[in-house]
Amino acid sequence: MTSFTRALMIASAVIALSACSKKAPEELPPPPVDTARPAEATPPAPTGPVKGSQADFLASVAADKIYFDTDKYDIDMADQDILRSQAQWLAANSTVKVTVEGHADERGTRDYNLALGERRANAAKTYLASLGVDPARITTISYGKERPAALGSDEAAWAQNRRAVTVTVQ
Amino acid sequence: MIRFAPFALLALLLVATPAQAQLSVDVTDDSGTNSLKIAVPALPTSQSVSTPAGTTDELGVKIAQVIADDLRNSGLFAPTGPEGSRTITMSEVMAPQYPSWTGFEALVHGFVRSAGGESDITVGCYLYDTALKSELERKGYVVAPRDWRRAAHKCADAIYARLSGESPFFDSRIAYIAESGPKDRRVKRLAIMDSDGANHRFITNGQAIALSPRFSPDYGSLLYVSYIQERVRIFVYNIGTGKQRLVTESTNPTFAPRWSPDGRSILFSMAIAGNTDIYRVSAQGGVPVRLTTSPGIDVGGSCSPDGSRIVFESDRSGSQQIYVMNADGSNQQRISHGGGRYATPEWSPRGDLIAFTKITGDFNIAVMTPDGGNERILTHGWQDEAPTWSPNGRVLQFFRTSQGSSGISQVWQVDLTGVNERRIPTPLSGSDPAWGPLLP
Repeated sequence: MTSFTRALMIASAVIALSACSKKAPEELPPPPVDTARPAEATPPAPTGPVKGSQADFLASVAADKIYFDTDKYDIDMADQDILRSQAQWLAANSTVKVTVEGHADERGTRDYNLALGERRANAAKTYLASLGVDPARITTISYGKERPAALGSDEAAWAQNRRAVTVTVQ
Repeated sequence: MIRFAPFALLALLLVATPAQAQLSVDVTDDSGTNSLKIAVPALPTSQSVSTPAGTTDELGVKIAQVIADDLRNSGLFAPTGPEGSRTITMSEVMAPQYPSWTGFEALVHGFVRSAGGESDITVGCYLYDTALKSELERKGYVVAPRDWRRAAHKCADAIYARLSGESPFFDSRIAYIAESGPKDRRVKRLAIMDSDGANHRFITNGQAIALSPRFSPDYGSLLYVSYIQERVRIFVYNIGTGKQRLVTESTNPTFAPRWSPDGRSILFSMAIAGNTDIYRVSAQGGVPVRLTTSPGIDVGGSCSPDGSRIVFESDRSGSQQIYVMNADGSNQQRISHGGGRYATPEWSPRGDLIAFTKITGDFNIAVMTPDGGNERILTHGWQDEAPTWSPNGRVLQFFRTSQGSSGISQVWQVDLTGVNERRIPTPLSGSDPAWGPLLP
């Protein structure tokens, strides 16, 4: 990877974080420390995560999750940047499979939220596939409102819970 | 029946007084001021013998207590149970000493008889009008000692049906999800219990998330969603054998299972590439038939009592609303037209009403007629969700979730007046109650 693409990735990660903070998460997960470590080019540092691992994924991508507005499942610009960084990592780790977990906030009924989480996970999957990731490597699962990331009952918590999280299958 | 005029008034209240009911929704009418005063002394026994459920003497007290509790919980009675009543002799059972029951409008007598040991017990159940000094009802039940509560529920059902003119509902069961643990790692177990919370039994161990159970109409099996093996799939659990199978073989997630009223087919929702639609499959298995085709989320579904129509929810208009279609999926018509979102419709076993979750900021339990008219809000919690009908279509259970980081859910019950609201006791927190039919 050239330093130019590396710079691009850092830039897109910054854009992603700033764009994201408009609609969501005051309590965004901390930005990845080693955002743009090019997995396929540099040999892993002795203390760094194992290539292809979940830790490597988390350290390499702009974010492992994207956020949605209430009842929505569209992939906006910020989401696209995050998913692009995930697609790049998946291209560099072509044997790794992932699960995209779709979630909804608690202010929806149970069955509808299962359907909504499924929609969100599939929206992320479809976008990753459009970037060249083999859809056979991506499974989806909806947790509806069953596994909130933030526990509060306020708009800030709900914004964090309307999400699709990409997790490597180890 | 002039002595039962106050009760007749309450029966009318049951039918519909929306405005008043909404205004007085916070009032839990346990005062008994408008309820029928009925005495339920302990049921005597001619000879106290021991059974696996206790002596017949003890059973006589416990059965009277369950009868009194059932009647009180219906909201229509102000019962005085065995604790507040004098004990009666066997000879009084069929010859009530009316002068000693002044202040009561009705009187329940009965007896418990057993040959002892494992042999069946016989429970007599008599209802008297204290003003007219006449017998109104006489029933007898023969049950295994362990089923003594069923005899009590059957007696309470006979009294309720005789005095209200409504169908009975106490002798029925509930499937629900028992909840424990923190909000972000909640343990959710399939469990079953009697309609009053007794005879509680866990079915799953909590290893995988369990959701949205439904008793089959014959109580032989349960439909529910399990996250076992990290997938979202509906299983049919056989209560007798403890074995389960998938409702349908698919790589796609399946959820929101419902039985048809005759138990012969199953409605379920399935998401394909993110698009959720409603399907029907034979309870014996086979190829599912797709009933909805909109690109929106079509989910849930509840059959009319005759099975000819299905009420379901869809966001095809842009927000969750309630629709009715024919059983084959034809003629889909939106019926909800008020403000806010509408979810989780359930057709009353009487056919006259549809219960649903009304979302206007908060979540409330509400009912309307199958054409979408006469909408009435029955509860006013922060998040009251997913009503399920009593077998007689007069009472609803639902779950109420508290706001904040604890997010505890509990099973609650409300009648159609919206006045008589109470929590159903469960060993843990609870959600997704599903009421089964009246037991035979």
